Amino acid sequence: MQSTVKEFKPLIVAFCCNWCSYAGADLAGSSRLSYPADVKIIRVPCSCRVNPLFILRAFQRGADGVILCGCHPGDCHYTSGNYYARRRMTLLFSMLDYLGVDRRRVRVEWVSAAEGARFASVMNDFAATIHELGENVKLEDLRCKQ
Amino acid sequence: MQAVAEKVIARAKELLASGEVQRVLGWEKGEFDYERTPALFEQGNIDKLVYDKFCAANLSKKLVEVSKLEGKTLALIKPCDSLSLNQLLCEHRVKRENIYVLGVGCKGMEGKDGLCMKCEFCKGKNFAISDEVIDDESCREVPQSDRFAAVRELEEKTPEERYAFWRSELSKCIRCNACRNVCPACTCIKCVFDNPDSGVAAKANVDTFEENQFHIIRAFHVAGRCTDCGECSRVCPQGIPLHLLNRKFIKDMDTLYGDYQAGEDAEARHPLINFTKADAEPSVVLNRGE
Repeated sequence: MQSTVKEFKPLIVAFCCNWCSYAGADLAGSSRLSYPADVKIIRVPCSCRVNPLFILRAFQRGADGVILCGCHPGDCHYTSGNYYARRRMTLLFSMLDYLGVDRRRVRVEWVSAAEGARFASVMNDFAATIHELGENVKLEDLRCKQ
Repeated sequence: MQAVAEKVIARAKELLASGEVQRVLGWEKGEFDYERTPALFEQGNIDKLVYDKFCAANLSKKLVEVSKLEGKTLALIKPCDSLSLNQLLCEHRVKRENIYVLGVGCKGMEGKDGLCMKCEFCKGKNFAISDEVIDDESCREVPQSDRFAAVRELEEKTPEERYAFWRSELSKCIRCNACRNVCPACTCIKCVFDNPDSGVAAKANVDTFEENQFHIIRAFHVAGRCTDCGECSRVCPQGIPLHLLNRKFIKDMDTLYGDYQAGEDAEARHPLINFTKADAEPSVVLNRGE
């Protein structure tokens, strides 16, 4: 009998703001810098477009890690969007930690349009962290009968 | 308390008789001895109005609908309820000109199992808003307590223990919506949890996202506006400590963005609709010691 060990392929969701981080990802691509294929990018108009529910939903649908990338504070295309996002995400991450979800599974990074190399290194680092952590707890079970 | 209660009822009757108010929003006797139900009173049934140690229900949310009625309504508001009411006024959910706020002194309310959780952690006896106050010295003593002690205790556990704790607590939920319906911060006309497409909107056996993470989402929706009135935990038929979710947000906001009590100051912007350039980065959560 041949036994196969199933390799862990993490599912990482990256929310990238249209003006900085998505362009940064583009630059990483055109500069031929590689980042893991486990990262699924979702383009959003601004980091503050990311409703905390999006992140919960990603976890509920089986994401192992969620990363939010936006313009550096002070550089928001809409002046102040990322400042609001920063507060919201801090509170959400703290709440996820409180609920027992590993705090290393969520991250916010500021990546500008000129930082293609930084985008690739951030994604490589995050994917390595998630690889190490392995599969996420099943958030969807939080309210299931035991 | 007895003396205050008598004065309150007498004053309510007086205001109603003089025509200054058209109706009174107060409490009447409920099904059980320890139960008092919010009710509207007019000239005909004003004798049923009660005010005693079981009047724990927060009446401020009722004013969203009641203040739309014609004429003035007298609202009996306890000190902690006045925070909820002030928050609602600041969100323009209650018509100020249609209500007459009678602040009523409170010595801590009781339920089936003795003193209510929210009164154990009393937030003070000052009225954030009132047109008139009836209380006495004995109603102004604030019990000393640390409302974040339980949150801290939970924070000190390991992530696995916390996950197991919340899993076992939230598994009890029968999705009766009592917490949402009673919450003074939950006044959206169209609620995200009422999904007409599901056919069985808001029933526990539905396995959609909103159903599963109901409590986390609800806590986030009211974050910054939650006055920590404790009604959610009080009405939960399954005894889920829902206030621990809200208090976690309040504790975090207090630590990160400075002390803030929702409803205290109608002019203040709550932490989630405000920012400073020097705010902490979300990585503070990651860098926090175990």
